[in-house]
Amino acid sequence: MTALSNTAGLLEISGVTVRFGGVTALDDVSFAVNEGELLGLIGPNGAGKTTLLRAITGVITPGGGSIRLAGRDITGLPIHARVRLGLGLSQQLVRPLRSMTVIENVALAAGHARTLSPLAALMVRERSAERESALKFLDMVGIAEVADGQPANLPLGTLKRLEVARALALEPRLLLLDEPLAGLNHVEAARMADTIAALNKDGLTVILIEHNLSEVLRVCSRLVVLDNGRRIGEGEPRAVMADATVRAAYLGREAGDAAA
Amino acid sequence: MVEIIGAYQVSLITTMGISVILALSLNLITGFCGQISLGHAAFIGAGAYGAAMLTTAGWPFAAGLAAGTAIAAVLGLVVGLASLRVRHDFLAITTMGVGFLFLGVVRQQEWLGGEMGISSIPDAGLGKGGYMVLVVLIAAAIALFSVHLKRSWMGYAFDAIADDEDTARMVGVDAARYKLTAFAMGTGLAGLGGGLYAHDVKFIAPDSFGFIESITILSMVVIGGIGPVWGVIVAAAVLSVLPFWFQFIEEYKLLLYGGLLFAVMRFSPGGLAGFVAGFVAKHKRRRAAAP
Ligand SMILES: Nc1ncnc2c1ncn2[C@@H]1O[C@H](COP(=O)(O)OP(=O)(O)OP(=O)(O)O)[C@@H](O)[C@H]1O
Ligand SMILES: [Mg+2]
Repeated sequence: MTALSNTAGLLEISGVTVRFGGVTALDDVSFAVNEGELLGLIGPNGAGKTTLLRAITGVITPGGGSIRLAGRDITGLPIHARVRLGLGLSQQLVRPLRSMTVIENVALAAGHARTLSPLAALMVRERSAERESALKFLDMVGIAEVADGQPANLPLGTLKRLEVARALALEPRLLLLDEPLAGLNHVEAARMADTIAALNKDGLTVILIEHNLSEVLRVCSRLVVLDNGRRIGEGEPRAVMADATVRAAYLGREAGDAAA
Repeated sequence: MVEIIGAYQVSLITTMGISVILALSLNLITGFCGQISLGHAAFIGAGAYGAAMLTTAGWPFAAGLAAGTAIAAVLGLVVGLASLRVRHDFLAITTMGVGFLFLGVVRQQEWLGGEMGISSIPDAGLGKGGYMVLVVLIAAAIALFSVHLKRSWMGYAFDAIADDEDTARMVGVDAARYKLTAFAMGTGLAGLGGGLYAHDVKFIAPDSFGFIESITILSMVVIGGIGPVWGVIVAAAVLSVLPFWFQFIEEYKLLLYGGLLFAVMRFSPGGLAGFVAGFVAKHKRRRAAAP
C-alpha cells in the first residue's frame, strides 16, 4: 500500500469487484482520489476504466467492495443522489438529450437546484440565469457557437464537449471524465486538456480517463493504471510509465492486436 | 344557458369538456413525462365510482368529487410505485393489466353494484347549463395548468425523463419521484373527470371503464401530438363528439381508434400538432423561396 491510498481522500474505492456473466471487468480494485487532484485513470482497451466510472456513479452496482465520497458510503445510493452529493460524469458514449438544444441540455444541469423537488420545480418558470451559466460552460469547452443547435446535427467532437459542459454545469466536487478528448483534433484536444487543467488549478478534483497519453502525461499529477480489471500501477506519471508491468500491459496488448 | 344554446348542444359541450379533462390528464403522464398507459380507464373508473358512491350516500357533490379525485390519485401512486422498476414497453402491459384488474374486481363487488353498476346518481344541483359551465371551467383550468407545467422546471425535468431517463438521472433528476408525481397528478385528474362523468350521465357500470375507454383516451393524446396542449384539446373535442354525429361509431370504436392510432404513428408521429407545425414551416419556406 502506498502512502497515498492510506490518507482519507475525497473518493475512496475499496475492493470494488464487477462481473458481467463470466467476465470479471473489475477485480478487487482499490485506490483513493485526493481533494484537488487531477488523477489520470489509464489502461488498455477493455481494462475496466469505464466500468469503474459507472460503478462510481451508480449506473452499475458492484458485486463487492465499497465506494466512499467525502467519507460517506455511497455504494447503495441511486445515480441522482450521488450526483447531488457532488459527482459529475461525462460519458465515453455521448448521451445528449436529443429533444433539446445544446444550451437546454446544459441549462437543465445548471438548474440542478431547481429540479431537486418536483413541487418546487413546478413553481418556477424562469430559466434565464441557468441559460446564462450554461452559455458560460459551453464557452469554456469551446462550443458556444452551437448553443442553439440540435444534438442530432452535431459531430462527435462537439457532442463530447457537450457532455463535459453538462457535467461542469452540475458544479461537481468530483468531475469524472471518460475520454473527453476522443473525436477532437490535435488543437482542440490540447485546448480541452488545458481547460481541464485550469479547472483543476481552481480547485476542482478530476478523474480523467484518456487514451491520449501525451495529454495525460502533460496535465495529470498522478496516474492509476488498470489492466484486465486489476490495478497494476499507481503513482507519479513518469515513474508509472517507466514501470515494467505497465509497459508490458500496453505493449502486450498492442502486440496481441497486431497479431489479430 | 340552456335557452340560448339548446339542450343538445349543452350535453355535447359537457361531453367534450369531460373528454378534454380526461385526455389532458393522460397527457400529463404520457405526453409530458413519456410514460405510456393503456389502463387510464381504471383511474377514471376509480374516481367515478368513488364520487358516485359518496354522493349516493349523501355527501355533497363537491366533497364526493374531491374524494373521487383523491381515491384515483392514491390508486395511481400505488400503481406508479409498483411499476417504477418496469421499463417502457413493459409499462404498457402493466397498465393494461391494471385496467383489466380494476374491471375484474369491480364486477365482483356487490357493494359497488356488480355488473349492474350504480344508477340514479344524485344530481349535482347546478342545472344542465350550470354543469356544462363547471365542466368547461375545470377543463380550461387544467389546460392552463398544463401549459404552465410544461414551461416550468417540472416540465423541463419531464422532457428529460421522456427523452432519456438515464441521462436525466445523470443531471441529478430523481426520475422515480418525477414519474410518481406525473402519475399522481394524471390519475387524480382522471378521477376528477370520472366523477364529472358519473354525475353527468347519472349511471355507471364496469363497462364504462373498459379497455376501449383507455384506448379512446390514448388515441386523443396520440392524435393530438403527445404533449402539445392545444393539439390534445382539439383531438379530444373532435373525437368525443364523433359518436354523437355518427351513431355507428359506437359499435366500431376499437377498430376506428386503433386504426387512427396506427395511422398517426405511421404517417404523422407528431400527431395533429406536429402535422400543423410541419405544414406551417413548409408554407413559410415556400413563401420565403417565392420572389
Ligand atoms: N454491460 C456489459 N456487459 C458485459 N460486459 C461488459 C459490459 N460493460 C463492459 N463489459 C466488459 O468489461 C470489460 C471492461 O470494459 P470497460 O468498458 O470498462 O473497458 P474500458 O477500460 O473502458 O475500455 P475502453 O478503453 O475501450 O473504453 C470488457 O471486457 C468489456 O467487454
Ligand atoms: Mg471505456
